[in-house]
Amino acid sequence: MTQTIGAAHPNPPTVPTIENITRKQRRFEKPQRSQRITAAWLIAPAAVLGITFVLIPIALTFALAFTNAKLVSPQGPQFVGIDNFTRLFGDPVFWKSLRNTVLFAIFVVPIQAGLALALALLINVKVKGVNFFRTVYFLPVVTSMVVISMLWLFMYRQDGLINQLLAQLGITGPDWLGNPTTALASILFMSVWQGVGFHMVIWLSGLQTISQDMYEASAIDGATNWQQFRYITWPALRQTRTFILVTITISAFSLFTQVQVMTQGGPLDSTSTLVFLAVRAGYQQQQTGYAAAISLIFFLLVLSVSLVQRYLTRDKDVKK
Amino acid sequence: MTETLSHVAEVVPPAEKVSRGRLIGGYLVKIVLVGVFGLPLLFMFVSSLKPDLQIFGDLTSVKAFIPVGDISLNNYSAVFDRVPFWQFMMNSIVLSVLTVVLGIIVNSMCAFALARLRFRGKMVILGIILATLIVPFETLALPLLWWVNKLPYYDGSIGWLDTYEVQFVPFIANAFAIYLFYQYFDSIPKELDEAAKVDGASWFTIYRKIVMPLSGPAIATVAILTFLPAWNQYLWPLMSVQTESLRPVLVGLDYFKQLNTSWGQIMAYASLITIPVCIVHRLPALLHQ
Repeated sequence: MTQTIGAAHPNPPTVPTIENITRKQRRFEKPQRSQRITAAWLIAPAAVLGITFVLIPIALTFALAFTNAKLVSPQGPQFVGIDNFTRLFGDPVFWKSLRNTVLFAIFVVPIQAGLALALALLINVKVKGVNFFRTVYFLPVVTSMVVISMLWLFMYRQDGLINQLLAQLGITGPDWLGNPTTALASILFMSVWQGVGFHMVIWLSGLQTISQDMYEASAIDGATNWQQFRYITWPALRQTRTFILVTITISAFSLFTQVQVMTQGGPLDSTSTLVFLAVRAGYQQQQTGYAAAISLIFFLLVLSVSLVQRYLTRDKDVKK
Repeated sequence: MTETLSHVAEVVPPAEKVSRGRLIGGYLVKIVLVGVFGLPLLFMFVSSLKPDLQIFGDLTSVKAFIPVGDISLNNYSAVFDRVPFWQFMMNSIVLSVLTVVLGIIVNSMCAFALARLRFRGKMVILGIILATLIVPFETLALPLLWWVNKLPYYDGSIGWLDTYEVQFVPFIANAFAIYLFYQYFDSIPKELDEAAKVDGASWFTIYRKIVMPLSGPAIATVAILTFLPAWNQYLWPLMSVQTESLRPVLVGLDYFKQLNTSWGQIMAYASLITIPVCIVHRLPALLHQ
């Protein structure tokens, strides 16, 4: 710090003088009102918008869950205690949706993260055409999930592209989305296909921060590829790993678009999710109070999983 | 040291040989994957040029991926007849651009104050922003729907539902964008502020003339990271807007599902949505070359 100031100054003052000045300035600045007022002005737009459209809705999620609020209603919401929750816990569709949401996340997170890492390792070489491959793998990410869902809705038909392809191999494919045992897995496969390119790019940015010297040095010591991955690559990717884990988990729990476009929760509620259920209650049936109760459960689920993940990653920090 | 390393690398020919075999294997895997990721999208585009009967007929052979047979733009003209496509497209563009541009201004101002100014309560504000990062929008969507319906609108009426504003104003302030800006601003030397202060610059001038021009990479990152979700908005416009002329292009796809389904038209509409995004996405790389 002192060096920078000294370098810019025509006759560099001595270090003690600078420290005196900055200390004096700091003491002078601390009660400076102008800085506080400027800060207030700069923060005000974000604060107003953030409070109105994020903080108040969060508070409302908690508050409305205990009321009979309706989306459009002449009367205001009335407090009904835990009625919404008793109704919710007595509804088998809720339990099915909770199960589907959790199952989806449990499978999507390791599959998508693992495949994305494999793709990143495959692409992280200096060979001709690597940019082309990277672009193609990334194409589904750029394509909107609504479009992807529509396209795969057609491909998954009983007489669709996938089953015709399987027929060439002599396999009779099921009605992927019409069958309760395959519907959720089909949505899962498609979701991984769509999202894996995004996480590939993130793994790639992590991989590129690792110094090449480490690999060269370990190669001289006779390390195998697996050993290099296990003892150099994997530990170096710790931060990337945490980020990828958290982002995939949250987006997996929020599963909605695919269900809305492809199955509407069916067949037999085998693809219904918490968000889909909340939208059906709060938008189609206009029961905001009930939808808030579902949102609250969803919020607590995401929160607890995030906290567990944070705890697990922090634990490894301490060990290091 | 490096000389020795390159020397060692040169005198180990077996490793080279293995890596050549690997190179070919790697290419094979990569090309198969190009098929896995590229063919469905190619299928979408090719099918958009065919009449429905032929789409189904071609499914059994490789013709599904080749534009042969009765090729025309009929599906596209049918799309333009059936829905106000350009209106939908315009809405999507305007909404995403507004979200991105206003977001960059509002969020960077907030981040600037948090990173460079000294005032009480800064850590509390930063803590709240970080805490909201783990709240997915989906948890707020339904209470928010109820809430915007109670907010006063600028013309004096009550309720924002079915307006243009309800589709972008709630998404301007963005915790992730603030956090990214904050991190970047924090890494810019604070001595610049002091120097500018000595020259009589106001904090706003420092923000506008010094910090923002130095933050090109952060602005680009935030722009990309906020554009894609804004463009891909689906749940929110589906619920908050009913008027056809206000709808974004993705919600427009629903029209083709409801009325008698023509898959050729769906594929044409899907291609029309997808091609511009792919071009926008490739634009930076193309300009770079």
